[in-house]
Amino acid sequence: MTITRTELAEGFYGAYGGRFVPETLVPALDELARGWDEIREDPAFHAELEHLQRTYVGRPTPLYRTERLADGKRIYLKREDLCHTGAHKINNAVGQALVARRLAKHRIVAETGAGQHGVAAATVCARFGLECVVYMGSEDMRRQRPNVERMGLLGAEVRPVEFGTKTLKEATSEAIRDWITNVETTHYLIGSCVGPHPYPALVHELQAVIGREAREQILAAEERLPDAVVACVGGGSNAIGLFAGFLDDHDVRLVGVEAAGAASLGSGRPGVLHGARSSLLADEDGQIADAHSISAGLDYPGVGPEHAFLRDSGRAEYLSATDEEALAAFHLVAEREGILAALEPSHAVARALDLDADLVLVGLSGRGDKDLASVLEHA
Amino acid sequence: MPKRLSIYLMAGPETPALAEAAVAGGADLLEIGFPFSDPLADGPVIRLAGERALARGMRTRACLECLAEVRARVAVPLIPMTYASLLEAWGYARFWADARAAGATSLIVADLPVEAAPELPRVQLVAPTSSDERIALAAERTDGWLYLVSLTGTTGARASLSSQLSGLVERVRALTEVPVLAGFGIATPEQAAEAAALADGVVVGSKAVEISSERGADGLRDYVASLRGAVDSVAASAPA
Repeated sequence: MTITRTELAEGFYGAYGGRFVPETLVPALDELARGWDEIREDPAFHAELEHLQRTYVGRPTPLYRTERLADGKRIYLKREDLCHTGAHKINNAVGQALVARRLAKHRIVAETGAGQHGVAAATVCARFGLECVVYMGSEDMRRQRPNVERMGLLGAEVRPVEFGTKTLKEATSEAIRDWITNVETTHYLIGSCVGPHPYPALVHELQAVIGREAREQILAAEERLPDAVVACVGGGSNAIGLFAGFLDDHDVRLVGVEAAGAASLGSGRPGVLHGARSSLLADEDGQIADAHSISAGLDYPGVGPEHAFLRDSGRAEYLSATDEEALAAFHLVAEREGILAALEPSHAVARALDLDADLVLVGLSGRGDKDLASVLEHA
Repeated sequence: MPKRLSIYLMAGPETPALAEAAVAGGADLLEIGFPFSDPLADGPVIRLAGERALARGMRTRACLECLAEVRARVAVPLIPMTYASLLEAWGYARFWADARAAGATSLIVADLPVEAAPELPRVQLVAPTSSDERIALAAERTDGWLYLVSLTGTTGARASLSSQLSGLVERVRALTEVPVLAGFGIATPEQAAEAAALADGVVVGSKAVEISSERGADGLRDYVASLRGAVDSVAASAPA
């Protein structure tokens, strides 16, 4: 007997992706997939999204050529840290809020790790008048206190998740359980390119604006494409958004950088978590392992299925950076460029610095204000 | 037609003795939970029981051994209930072959939709949100009976039986003659009787797991007997 996956034709990236969820959610995912197919063909949606990106999010974000960061190579930073709310997460949140409104869902549930997606979700819920519940691991709430306060001020309810690892993995499970329970009224605003079909594709499209802009900007600045595009990978949404602009440019190296203690692609194995088959930190029995990273946004044992596919196909390569390397890069960017980057993209900066490439474009996915306590703790 | 009573137990060192007690109390079939680290369909009781079981080493191999020990003690159908990640790791075909060799009569995989892995024999779940089309497909592919998820939510006791169950039973009956057992949120004998009046039987999980850990095999036997009495009272009073 051979077990095939071919019947789940939609939503697979090679052997990864799909839809591994309790039956209760399947009709909601069908509804979302249908709704998304309609809305993405609708010029009015794109006009409204573009207007919000320009007037509310602050797009296009700059592409900044670093001055003092590195000798002998040109490193550009795509400044998603300058987005409203301080990270690329808002790109996805604004788009999904429009989808939720189209599906007549008045309640939003979200998970958050570093708190950046939670803040983005709370922000768009305030903007669109939606009820917002954010699940966050109690360990992450401790590490990311300012973002917890922000979500509260924006009118969201932050529910602590006190069990298991008390981080993003458990917060995601609880958000999905909430969705199972309130599926009729609620849209699950997932924060990364993970989860069951159609979420990885939906988030890819909403984040692709990063890569579209970056490609135009680097061509304008350098009259050529970069040798390498580098982005940090937790779930992988900022990386997939940046890579999206360069997927067809086969001479451009695509480099994802994982936290060394959460390298789902570097040291993972195939498994199923949070509704999708992907490369995971799991043991030989399929039990999910704990991830460890100083950066809450990368502290996740899974990764978007499209990244697993890009790794296997060889189109993208995935490296890792340690906590110490990320901290060193954080300080370097602060002291040489006057930018407090988040610890997540500091991993990407760390690898970009020693990459054998002359012209490198790095996704600076978020700002580091939220990380000051962690950074000072390690000073 | 007598109503069927299915009891869920988490795999563990005490499970063979608990299984024997559940059958002595009147269980017609047993579901044996193979714990998964991230069980999306489960509420707090089964999630915590799973965490404890994993901490005690109940990985797939140990769960299969537990299943075989249960089979050595009871004759009722045995159905491992788990999540796709365990099958991905073990191999779908190998998992079913090894489970069957250990005495399993079917499987329940909580996060494997009906479209996936049609070759894998399993009891399919249908929910209040399922379309008629999906219910019909589940009925066609299910192994013996359909598991009705009585409510939109996770496993665990509720204050009252879900009002969504009667509508779901009605829709399923119009589409199939396959027997249907109702689960999720059924804990008390009163709820079991109410659900059994609608369906062909009931599944009780979280409350059985809780009583097993608090009151042991004797407590479980008495509890299952109280459920047995409740579902039988429905069968006895049902019109011919």
